[in-house]
Amino acid sequence: MKKDEIPQDPSPLDKFTKEVCYAVDETGEYTTALSRGWQVKADALGITWEEAQARTANAREKVRTGEVSPILFFMELNMMDLPIVAAYTGLWQWTVKRHLKPDVFKNLSDKKLQKYAEVFDVSVEELKNANPNAA
Amino acid sequence: MQLNFQHIQAAHCENGVTANLLKHSGIHQITEPLAFGIGAGIFYIHIPFLKISGGPAISFRTMPGQIFTRTCSALGVKIERKTFSSKEKAQQFLDDCLAKGQPAGCQVGVYHLTYFPKEFRFHFNAHNLVVYGKENETYMVSDPVMETVTTISAHDLERVRFAKGALAPNGQIYFPKTSEPVSEERIKKGIIKGIKHASWFMTETPVPILGVAGIRFTAGRIKTWRESLGARRGGLYLAQLVRMGEEIGTGGAGFRFVYAAFLQQAYAFVKKDELLEISKQFTAIGDLWRASSVQASGIYKGRITEQQDFNVMGDMLLNIADKEKTAFKALQKINWK
Repeated sequence: MKKDEIPQDPSPLDKFTKEVCYAVDETGEYTTALSRGWQVKADALGITWEEAQARTANAREKVRTGEVSPILFFMELNMMDLPIVAAYTGLWQWTVKRHLKPDVFKNLSDKKLQKYAEVFDVSVEELKNANPNAA
Repeated sequence: MQLNFQHIQAAHCENGVTANLLKHSGIHQITEPLAFGIGAGIFYIHIPFLKISGGPAISFRTMPGQIFTRTCSALGVKIERKTFSSKEKAQQFLDDCLAKGQPAGCQVGVYHLTYFPKEFRFHFNAHNLVVYGKENETYMVSDPVMETVTTISAHDLERVRFAKGALAPNGQIYFPKTSEPVSEERIKKGIIKGIKHASWFMTETPVPILGVAGIRFTAGRIKTWRESLGARRGGLYLAQLVRMGEEIGTGGAGFRFVYAAFLQQAYAFVKKDELLEISKQFTAIGDLWRASSVQASGIYKGRITEQQDFNVMGDMLLNIADKEKTAFKALQKINWK
């Protein structure tokens, strides 16, 4: 890549920083220059986020219809999968999986709920209602 | 308390941390490309049957800490490296380092990294930064991918140092123990060692998911994605490949350009004309990686979604694999005497 070919497209990094790129100058020597972003990368990130949002919306719907417990909603919201939730809570993966069932979730002790609430950065009340913005 | 630490922005976090820490300890010759080359940071693996955030498990980077370890060992620099099970002890150790005037490299997860834009916060635990000061409950941080230094609260730092999941950092902290200048001769040896290691890894590891063979493996898989996953999920997989390869300068094209820069800088220490020639090859390979990302973006944006387009993508990677094999083989043939 030549120095004047370094892409300078709008990117989600705009307000935070620019990236360093290595590129060759007119004489063929390597040098560094800053890049604002690259559309190709911004798109890759964008589609990944759209997917994450679609999964969250899907989980919210499933919680509403009583198919799964609110834990799934918060998992998707935080882009976590079973191994990650298990690692953060210190529970077994199969335990977490069990807690995804609404009937099991209903009977969880406050202590367990507190554990999940901490991982998801919400209060127990918000966790139960599957609503991160509830008071 | 704030140590006198020079922040130099880098394309890749661990290169930057390694170069900045070594520079701080008196090795004035070190640069990001030299750290990357001596530490043999170039890498490729595609692990079948394993999924990461619902996509293929592809990594362009070595295990966190490897570049630092290899660079230091090649240059004869002793290092300190520690992980912790206790959060209190981890913080105490960091505070002690700072009190002794030692800036410390830390492995962190990016999900709770407050100064990162929300869009970049995934559960990715192999990020690196340097802590160089503390004021009340706020730590001063030199994150090599950021333009300037930044800060993070003690609570947030503890959180990212003890992020959980794959490659959990467990509060990992590291820094060079000695601080003495290193001779040109030593750097020369380190460069040769790094080149030998990287070209061995990329071309000769007998596992077909590593190095150049790994790239070929991915190429073959890509051609099946449309059939097995559908155009949309196949596109998401490709988006993951591009993200792994290009995000914040790490991986595909970015690494090839840094490696090309390394070979050019290596020439200053080892006068072998082949280095300059092969450096040009890596520049061309980097451009091919970029072209492949453009092709991938056509697919995940939904512009081109035919089987033919997935085939073109796979063939582009096959071509890259061939070119890389040639380049690394040429590096292996250099007579260092």
